[in-house]
Order: sequence, then structure tokens, then C-alpha cells
Amino acid sequence: MDILLPVLVGFLFAAGLYLILHRHFFKLIIGMMLFGLATNMFLFVIGRLTRGNTAIIAGTDQVASEPFADPVPQALLLTAIVIGFGVQAFAIVLIKRVYQVFGTNDLDDLDKTDRIHEKYPDKASE
Amino acid sequence: MLIVILAGVLLAFLAPLLYRWLGRYVSIPMALYPLSAFVFLASYLPQVLSGETINVVYRWAPALNINLHFYIDGLSLFFALLVTGFGTLIMIYAGGYLKGDPLLGRFYLYLTLFMVAMAGVVLSGNIFCLFVFWELTSLSSYLLIGYKHNKQESRDAALQALMVTGAGGMALMAGLLLLGMAGETYTLSDLLHKRELVTSHDLYLPLLVLILIGAFTKSAQFPFHFWLPNAMAAPTPVSAYLHSATMVKAGIYLLARLTPVLGGTEVWHYSLMTAGGITTLLGALLAIQHTDLKAILAYTTISALGILVTMTGIGSAPALQAMLVFLLAHALYKGTLFLVAGNVDHATGTREIGQLQGLGKGMKTTAVAAMLAAMSMAGVLPFFGFIGKELLYEAALGATAFKAVLFAVSFFSGMVFAAVALVLGYQLFWRRKARPTPLRHSLSPALFWPPLILASTGLVFGLFPAPLVTPVLRRAAEAMLGVEQLFELALWHGFTLVLGLSLLTLLMGYVVYRYSKRLLSYSSRFNILYKLGPDRVYGLAIKGLLLGSTSLTRIIQNGYLRVYITVMIITLIGLLVLVKNQSQLELDLSQSTVTIMDVRLYEVVLFILILPALLFLIRVRSRLTSIAILGMIGYSGALYFVLFGAPDVAATQLLIETMTVVVFVLVLHKLPQFRFVGSRFQRIRYMIVSVLFGAMMTYVTLLVKQYPLVSGLKTFYGENSYLLGHGRNIVNVILVDFRALDTLGETTVLGVAAIGIYAMLKLRMDKDH
Repeated sequence: MDILLPVLVGFLFAAGLYLILHRHFFKLIIGMMLFGLATNMFLFVIGRLTRGNTAIIAGTDQVASEPFADPVPQALLLTAIVIGFGVQAFAIVLIKRVYQVFGTNDLDDLDKTDRIHEKYPDKASE
Repeated sequence: MLIVILAGVLLAFLAPLLYRWLGRYVSIPMALYPLSAFVFLASYLPQVLSGETINVVYRWAPALNINLHFYIDGLSLFFALLVTGFGTLIMIYAGGYLKGDPLLGRFYLYLTLFMVAMAGVVLSGNIFCLFVFWELTSLSSYLLIGYKHNKQESRDAALQALMVTGAGGMALMAGLLLLGMAGETYTLSDLLHKRELVTSHDLYLPLLVLILIGAFTKSAQFPFHFWLPNAMAAPTPVSAYLHSATMVKAGIYLLARLTPVLGGTEVWHYSLMTAGGITTLLGALLAIQHTDLKAILAYTTISALGILVTMTGIGSAPALQAMLVFLLAHALYKGTLFLVAGNVDHATGTREIGQLQGLGKGMKTTAVAAMLAAMSMAGVLPFFGFIGKELLYEAALGATAFKAVLFAVSFFSGMVFAAVALVLGYQLFWRRKARPTPLRHSLSPALFWPPLILASTGLVFGLFPAPLVTPVLRRAAEAMLGVEQLFELALWHGFTLVLGLSLLTLLMGYVVYRYSKRLLSYSSRFNILYKLGPDRVYGLAIKGLLLGSTSLTRIIQNGYLRVYITVMIITLIGLLVLVKNQSQLELDLSQSTVTIMDVRLYEVVLFILILPALLFLIRVRSRLTSIAILGMIGYSGALYFVLFGAPDVAATQLLIETMTVVVFVLVLHKLPQFRFVGSRFQRIRYMIVSVLFGAMMTYVTLLVKQYPLVSGLKTFYGENSYLLGHGRNIVNVILVDFRALDTLGETTVLGVAAIGIYAMLKLRMDKDH
């Protein structure tokens, strides 16, 4: 198991990045989600895995007894997943609006505002 | 002392408000401030004249050696009195010169700010304090030059002055820091006794060069002189005050102040004498080639600054005395002449000497002031300028090396000064009375009194040098030379060689004046030289900077998301490789191969499920299928969370995954159809980057897992979540109790995202927007 999940994380990252590098909006969003999942898995794996043991204090005990799962990465993950969802939902709606307003699905059509020298040729040549 | 400075700053920022309340009477409080500062500083005179130095220290950041430290000795008091005394007259004059200007309040703001800064420079006893005030003078000078902000010319000149003096300021900062390191103190008064330590230090040469760059840019020495004539775009009171009498002398002040520490070495002598000498000649040469009043005055100022630097460079007692006397004389007559030029400009609307004649009748007081100042400039008996000129010649002839060259330079500039003085004091006002240039209006008293007062001061100082100026100048010279000075200034030395040379200067000046028209016609031949001059170099540098930054932006900020990401990822990979090579982190797979058999069947099944799904996701064209596959991958991830003891995470993941799919499907029909954009070549490139990145992340994960995780947090939460938080589910207790504030933040993020989404959905944009 020590090698299976790291490899899986690698695959998830690779696929996510590959999709993000596409110019198409739709692929971009899918890529972002995959990348988010990969990051979560990554955190989870490097936070050490304990098979089967949860981070719950059993029965009548006052303190948790070993072995129990490390609760810190789990708490981090929970937060990360929820915030990731916020970002994804925002991105989906944003892209929908961009598509409606600009009528394009190509990222390259959106870079006009970045190019000062084309938008303001006078300023650049001054 | 601090109150004086603070009051000045406060008053500066009140100036616009005062202008609104008091209208044109605003000049009264503005002039009262420098006057009271002058009186306050003059109250130190008895102490300083008796040989004391006064330190006023306000601790600011003592751990960093940064203190608000004011140091008053003969030299700083001399400059401070000059700054505030001159300032008083300028404040009055500015009120008359810019009468009715809606921005007069702002002008006073800048001007007062400058005056405070300038006083701060000369009174500072701490290196950092000095530097802060120094930069403040550059900034206020920028604002004042650019006062006529609707003129391109003014803005360019202001920027140029700021660039040149600002760059010099940078060099000065570095130089002063090195000086502090070499002298092991950042207090000026302590540094003055560290000459041996500093001059023998390894850092002496670099720190000297840096400080000289700072002083030379400020005092417009060759090759940084070009900003000063352009700075004449400022209103005339500014030219008179900043660019003739005070700010440009800050560099001279700095050199004089540091003479006891840095001076006396060969590098010091020769660099100052060379730069000063070239500047003197250049300024004088350029002065006679111009016809604009202010340009002529600007170039003669450059020439005078050159003389001051040269004299400081000679460094002998007579030379430094001559420097001080000439500095005072120059401030008095050049300030007057600038104000006269301002009056002429104000009354006639032109500054071209060719169009100006016979003005003496219409503006008598100004004409008298001009005549008095011009005589001082030419060095005529009994004006203060005469004493200055005599001392200059004596110092040049008394120098140990390059006697002849130094004298020739002084003589040449003296000749040009005499010629320019004839133009300004005689030609404009008294020659050809027949057809005088028409005056548009008469001048108000605020305009003709200040120059008259200044000019008469030059006369009074010349007549009675011994009681009025000698004591202060003695102490000022003492500050530079370290030993008490007992020189006497006298108007009449008898029939000496120097007197003869003075007369010869006047005669030659008259010759130059007579043939100035012809000389002017030759000047076009020098035009080729200007094209290669520093002004041109500056223009090219600015152009190059703009072009360079535009093309750099074009490369870095190219607007392609994928390029940004690729660069980031490749940098990350590169850094990792670098770190790995340097730190001998070796991945040891032997442990992993042992445990590779330690897998459960369902873990492998999940793994086998996800991999083809990923491949499929990359290839698929249908949007709905993509979403479905994504959901499936997400659920599989959730199952992994369940298997490894994180049921809460898994639950969240399942929920969120479902929500995402729902949101996606809801807006699906509004999203664009999928098609492949980009070439095959691009896709292969992305694939390589992605695979590299994935491999790197696997590698990092394995590497991190190899080392034991040491964390007290797990134990802490395990022991305390029930006892302190009263919950058995540790993860939940962390989220809602121990780190509840973080969860609040998380909720806020979600809320903001929700508001953003709502706004975007409701936002209706016009089609043409």
C-alpha cells in the first residue's frame, strides 16, 4: 500500500495538469477538479495512513488510545474539500457567464486585456 | 528643535486650507514660519560662536542606530540660516508671483515641505536622518518643478530631475551605509573623528565613489548637470530658492560636512577638482550661448557650483574659506537675479534677452536690485562678491598642484560672470531707452522688495564683512578643518596681484559682453556636441527602459494561462532536482517493496478502476460523460478515505462530489460544446510536462513517507478532545472547537463564493459592453 497510493496521486496530478493546460474552458474546469482531488489525496497520503482505525474515542474511554488515525490531516482535508467546492462552483458559473458574454470557449480569446502593447499601442511606443 | 521641524510639516499641509481661508494673505503665515525658524536658529548663534556644538537627540529606533539627531555647529548653522532666511523672502515673493493662482495653496505646501527638508538635511547629525531629509528634498523638488502640471515640458523636467537626483540618492544611501560600516558609527559628529579609520578602510574607495555620485547629482556636477537647466521649467521662486541658492548646494554641504572624514586623500582632491573644473568651464561656456534669461542663470549656477566643488577639492584652509564666502555671495546675488528674471518675465511676458531693453524706467526698484546683484556677481568693489572673487583667486594661486589650471578655470568663469552681469544689470534695463519693451502691468511690492533686500544684503555684507559674516564663517570653516580659524574678511587688501587680476577679469568680461552676439553665432557649431551630451544619453536610457520593460512584459505577461502554468511547473521540477542534488535525499524503495504485498484486494480494485477512468476522461468528447466519469473518480477517492480511517472526510467528499455533479448538470446546457483546440504538437508537449509533474509528485510523496512524522498534535488532540471539547469524534472537535475560528473562516469563504455566484447569475450585461 505504501507504493500504490503515491502512484495513484501521481496519475491524478498528471491527468489534472494535462486537462488544465488545454485551452478549452470545459477541460480546464474538469482539470481543476481533478487537481483538487489529487491535492487532497496527496495530503491524506503524506499524513500517514492507518488502515481501519478512525480518529474517534471509543466507548467509555476518556482519551483516545493507539492505534488511532491522525485527526489533523483529516481536519485539514475537510476544510480543503469544502473550500474546493466553493471555488469549483464559482468557476463553473464564471465560465458559463464568460461563455454567454463573450461567446467563446477558448481561453486564448480572453487574453486581450493582458496585452498592453496591443490595446494601447501608443503607450508602449512612447 | 523637533517642534520647529514638525510645525513646518504641519503648516505645509495646512497651506491649501489656509489659502482657502485667507486668500492672498496666505503668504503672511507662510512667511512667518521661516522667519520664526530663522530667529530660533539665530538664538543658537552665541553658543556656536563661542565654539560649542549642540546635539539634540530624539531616540527613534536606537537598536538600528536610527535617531532623529540634530547637530548644530558653525557649518550647519550657516546653511540653516541661509535656508530659512532666504526662505522667508521667497515665501513673500511667491505670494506676489503666483497671485491669483488657484493652486497657490498647493505651491506653498510643496515649498514649505522643501524648506523643512532642506533645513533637516543641514541640521541632521545622524546618517539615516540625513538621508531621509535628503530624499525629501528630491521629492519636493520634483513636485515643485512639475508645478505647471498641464505642461508636458514641466512634467518631463520634473521626472528627469527626480530620476537623476533619485538615482544619486540611491548611491548616497549605499555610500552612507558603507561609511557607517567603515567608521563603525552612524552618528555624524562621531564620524568626524574617525578619519584614520575610514580612509584606511578597504571600503574607502567604493564609499567615496557612491557618496560623490550622490553629491554630484544633487549639485548638478558634470556629467549629471543636465537636469538643472531643464528644471527651470519650475516657477521662478522655485528656481531662485531650490535650484540656485539652497537645494543644489546640498551636495556642496555634504562634501563640506564630510571633508574632515573623507577629505585629504588624493582620490578626493583629484575627483573633486576634475569634476568641479569641468563643470565650471562647461557651465560658463553654455551660459554665453543661451538667450533665455533663466537658462543663462541656470548655466552660470552650474558654473558656480563647479567652483564650489573645485574649492572643496583643493581642501586647503584658504580654499575652504573662499568656498564659504563665495557660496554666500552666490546665494545672495544669484537669488536676486533669478527673482529679477522672474519680475521681468512677469511684467513683459518674455525672457528672451533679445526682446528686452530699456526696462529701467518702468521697473526702477527691480532695476536697482538687478544692478546691485550684477555688480556683486561681476565682483566689483565694494560688494560681497568682490571679496568672494578675491579669495577664489588667492586660493587657486595658493593651491599646491595644478595652480595654473585652477586659476585659468576660475578666471574664465569670472570673465563669463562679468559678461552675464553686464547683460542682466545693464543691458536689460538701461541700454537703448528709446524703444523700451512694453510692460503689461506694474509690479506689486511683494515682487520687488525681496530681490532688493537680497541685493542690499550683498552690499552690506561687502561693506561690513568683519562684524556681520566673519564670525559665523570662521566657525563653519572650523567645522571643515577641525582647528579654530582666525581669518578676517576685508574689502581692501591694497594693490596686490589679485586685485589686478580682478580688474582684468572685469575688462575681459566687458570684451566678452561686447562680442557676445558674435560668440552666439558660433554656438551653432557646437550643436553636434549636444546631441552626444548626457541629456541625450538620459533620453535614450529612458526610451530603452520603456522599450525593455514593454518587451519584458510581453514575454512574461503573455496572457496564456497554459504558458504561465507550464513555467511554474517546470520551475518547481527544476527546484526539486536542485534540492535533491544538494541534499543527498535518496529514495529508499526497499521498505516499500517489502510492504508492496501488504495490500487488500479492494484497494487494488479501486486503483484499477480509477486509472482507465482517467485515461477515458482525457479522451472523451461528451460533456455529460466527462462529468459522470469525474463523479466516479471522486467517489472512488471517497472510498479510499473510508478504508484508511477517515469516515468524516469520506462523507464530505461524497456529498461535495454529488453537489458538484448537480451544479454541473444544472448549467450544462449553458456551457460550450467540447471540441479540441490546439495542435497535436502542443498536446504532446503538455503530455510530457504533465507526466513529469505526476512522476515528481509520486516521488515527493514516497520521499516524505520515508521519514517518520513527528507531531505532538495527534497526541494532544487524542488526549484532550473528550476532556476539553467533550466530543468523541476528534476530527469534529478540532473543526468546531479547537480550530473553530478557522471553520468560521471557511464558512465565510463559502458565503463569499455564494454571493459571487448569485451576483454573476443575476448580472445582466449589455451586449455591447
